[in-house]
Amino acid sequence: MQQDLRVHSIESFGTHDGPGIRMVIFLQGCKFKCLYCHNPDTIPFDGGLFYKMEHLLRRAVSMKSYYGQEGGVTVSGGEPLIQSKQLLPLFKALKKEGIHTNVDTNGRVLNSNTKILLDEYADLVMLDIKHMNDEWHRKLTGVTNANTLKFAEYREQSGKPMWLRYVLVPGWSDQEEYLHELGQHFKDYKTIEKVELLPYHKLGVHKWKELGWEYKLADVPENTEEQIKKARNILSLYFDNVKVN
Amino acid sequence: MTQVNFSMEELSNKIDVRSFVLKNISPYEGDASFLQGPSERTQRLWELCKEAMKEERENNGVRAIDNKIVSRVAAFDAGYINKEDEVIVGLQTDMLLKRAMKPYGGYNVVKKAMSEHGVEIDPLVDNAFSQYVKTHNDGVFDAYTAEIRKFRSLGFLTGLPDNYARGRIIGDYRRLALYGADRLIEAKKADLENITGPMTDATIRLREEVAEQIRALGDIIKLGNKYGLELNRAAENAREAVQWTYMAYLSAVQDQDGAAMSLGSVSSFLDIYIEKDLTEGKITEAEAQEYIDQFVMKLRMVRHLRMEAYEQIFAGDPTWVTESIGGMLADGRTKVTKTSFRVLQTLYNLGPSPEPNITILWSDKLPRGFKEFCSQVSIDTSSIQYENDDLMRQNRNSDDYGIACCVSFQELGKHIQFFGARTNLAKTLLLAINAGHCELSGKKMVDGIPVYEEEYLDYDKVVEYFKIAMKEVARVYNESMNIIHYMHDKYYYEKAQMALIDTNPYINIAYGIAGLSIVADSLSAIKFAKVKPVRNDIGLAVDFKIEGDFPKYGNDDDRVDFIARDVVEHFNQELDKLPVYKDAQPSLSVLTITSNVVYGKKTGATPDGREAGIPFAPGANPMHGRDTHGALASLNSVAKISYKDSQDGVSNTFSIVPKSLGATDEDRVNNLVATLDGYFGRGAHHLNVNVLNREMLMDAMEHPEEYPQLTIRVSGYAVNFTRLSREQQQEVLSRSFHDRM
Ligand code: SF4
Repeated sequence: MQQDLRVHSIESFGTHDGPGIRMVIFLQGCKFKCLYCHNPDTIPFDGGLFYKMEHLLRRAVSMKSYYGQEGGVTVSGGEPLIQSKQLLPLFKALKKEGIHTNVDTNGRVLNSNTKILLDEYADLVMLDIKHMNDEWHRKLTGVTNANTLKFAEYREQSGKPMWLRYVLVPGWSDQEEYLHELGQHFKDYKTIEKVELLPYHKLGVHKWKELGWEYKLADVPENTEEQIKKARNILSLYFDNVKVN
Repeated sequence: MTQVNFSMEELSNKIDVRSFVLKNISPYEGDASFLQGPSERTQRLWELCKEAMKEERENNGVRAIDNKIVSRVAAFDAGYINKEDEVIVGLQTDMLLKRAMKPYGGYNVVKKAMSEHGVEIDPLVDNAFSQYVKTHNDGVFDAYTAEIRKFRSLGFLTGLPDNYARGRIIGDYRRLALYGADRLIEAKKADLENITGPMTDATIRLREEVAEQIRALGDIIKLGNKYGLELNRAAENAREAVQWTYMAYLSAVQDQDGAAMSLGSVSSFLDIYIEKDLTEGKITEAEAQEYIDQFVMKLRMVRHLRMEAYEQIFAGDPTWVTESIGGMLADGRTKVTKTSFRVLQTLYNLGPSPEPNITILWSDKLPRGFKEFCSQVSIDTSSIQYENDDLMRQNRNSDDYGIACCVSFQELGKHIQFFGARTNLAKTLLLAINAGHCELSGKKMVDGIPVYEEEYLDYDKVVEYFKIAMKEVARVYNESMNIIHYMHDKYYYEKAQMALIDTNPYINIAYGIAGLSIVADSLSAIKFAKVKPVRNDIGLAVDFKIEGDFPKYGNDDDRVDFIARDVVEHFNQELDKLPVYKDAQPSLSVLTITSNVVYGKKTGATPDGREAGIPFAPGANPMHGRDTHGALASLNSVAKISYKDSQDGVSNTFSIVPKSLGATDEDRVNNLVATLDGYFGRGAHHLNVNVLNREMLMDAMEHPEEYPQLTIRVSGYAVNFTRLSREQQQEVLSRSFHDRM
């Protein structure tokens, strides 16, 4: 069991989690508890199913013909890097197969295994920035953003590609000043290839209810086109490649 | 770059379009940015066409029928949409969307169609065809055995071309443009002279056929005269090349009303003339596009007279004017030209449409710009389909071919096909469980299958009995096909098309199967779960109780996918053993058109848990809702069916909601390209691509008037969604739309 990965679910035709067509492995467990999390069922550490690395590898390889130049495998979650140790052999094997690897992370974990993974096996990191202001970050996620920012610094020093992802929650994370702050903070990073703005949606609300958890953003509306455009324009002042996902 | 040799000297020895294309083609590696919108003339014409189509819809699907003239090449006076605006002229009859009688396939069918639309047949015609003229249909039923009739009426064989024209044959319509009719007549006369004794059946028949072809070429010249076109000579410029090619096709659809009358692969041939005129400054890009737009507009206006029952097997009034574009040449260059793009552009200039049935010959090596444009067109229109050019070019040894009907390879001017609809493989499986009796009627169909006594079905035993059933069904199927094609040649020979094909072509007989996914899942259930037949008082299995789970076709699981693969291989081998009329070579398709609904109706409950009467999945698709492991797993399963066992084609229809393809337009385009590369990279043969939301289709069912051009790919062809019956629409909606998984 030690080597197996605790998996929430697998999507074989992922087209929204990194470049190209990807197999997306959603791992179970996260130490954040973002108020808007649309996969709250991936948060608890006791859920999910154990999968052998070999099984995941076999499935990834069977989809290889569809990856083309860009696609590959993304691990997401939950927070995948909590299982860095178990991810290492999988990523090693994927690299051996010539498959592009990507980690979608909140950047909280940066231990020695994570560092090896980042330095040697993760072709791309999609770092989720929840908020630039620490107080707001705590309100939104329950924890500080310091780790995430440190994580970003580490990846930047490695010189390997990174995307930033940012969920735009009306009234919570779309304040102009903090969007500017985000831009200011990261504008000189050389490794950022793309910034993805993720509109806020409520598709996961029912899952909160199923878990018996209160959904605190119940009154927050989804973004208007106008809000998305505005945020995009602000970020475009700092980054060349801002996309709405 | 362009070295068109319009003097015929170099070409005069042999009719050889391919060499001309090879020598003069200008492969295009760029993107779609050069394309132009429709001209004002084109727009005006298209408005008239749309009005006419509206009238057609409002008038029970038919605008008008001519009740006097029996159609043949040049039987009608010239017809126009609006003469001043037409740069490419020619209609099937003397009026737009007026249908014509072509009773040689079967007079009863024509009579029925006429009466369904309240049109009375001219007494002279009626008298002739009731009293004196024998048709293909009459001939077939003279020769059919009692056994064939039984297989046909109980639904083991369905949709056989025994009361309608077989179609499938593609004339090499380019020949008229490249050589002109005079030169083609000369060549055919020379051929005729060389067909000499001993006068066996085959030789006599061939002499008669070539004589018919020569006469048809004469008629083609007459058709040209009606429109003021000198079709006796070769085309001399781009407009003429398009016009001549169209006239050749028009002759075919005046002479015949075959189920599928495909165009072949004309775009890159026409491109040679267009490129020359463009280079010499004789025409502009806008004019080039205008020729193509108007050509395609005319192809969209082709109609045949059909009776209502025909809709069950071929829904939506299809004509299968299949035009294949793209692909690679054997020498490594691409066949993509600017005119490949121009043909696709018609889907924007005139809006989406099921016809012509645009088929992309996909190769890994196609230029990126073309791949992306195709992908964009699919996303925007859901009107086109894809076939694996690498697979066909290499397996069939030709780089000059078209797709006949839905999915079938045909080398242009060198091959033809004998179309054979399909047999119901699910019913065939039930014969194995019911001691050779039809599961619904109880009639004895096949000898030699013992009564199955055990409580649970045993895999090995069922397979053993199934093999006996397949052998017998194959035999009856083959016998019916031989009769059908013998009679079709005799009573409704395709002289106008055959005039544009080599005198002694290679022939494929095109068998087909329906119900593959049901057979695979049924055998998988029997093998991996426990299946108990529930028998009625006369011992027929009317239901099946399944205990436990079993792998289902469509989830990339070899345990069941290989069952599907092996069944196809086995049935193909059985067919391979049987003698065929005119020494045609057997080939097999896994394709249903829209007959999967009627096949379902005629089939009792199956061991996979499917209830009696439920529609089959189309083509080689997994059963609805059973492919639960995502879009790619579903594709991977179908890709395992081997093309060498099913050279007539393996049809797969793939529907996906736009959002699932990616977040941005660019992502969607790239991801569809990657999907196609991935699918065909695994040796898969065909893919229909729909990029649609289910909600939109549901809305279109309620408000058809708001979706006059909504096009959807079904099984090897596209239809106007609103022209499907409610039942068929529902079946489309029940299919798997791949969403995020
Ligand atoms: S970090 Fe991601 S998985 Fe964790 S709670 Fe936040 S949104 Fe959910």
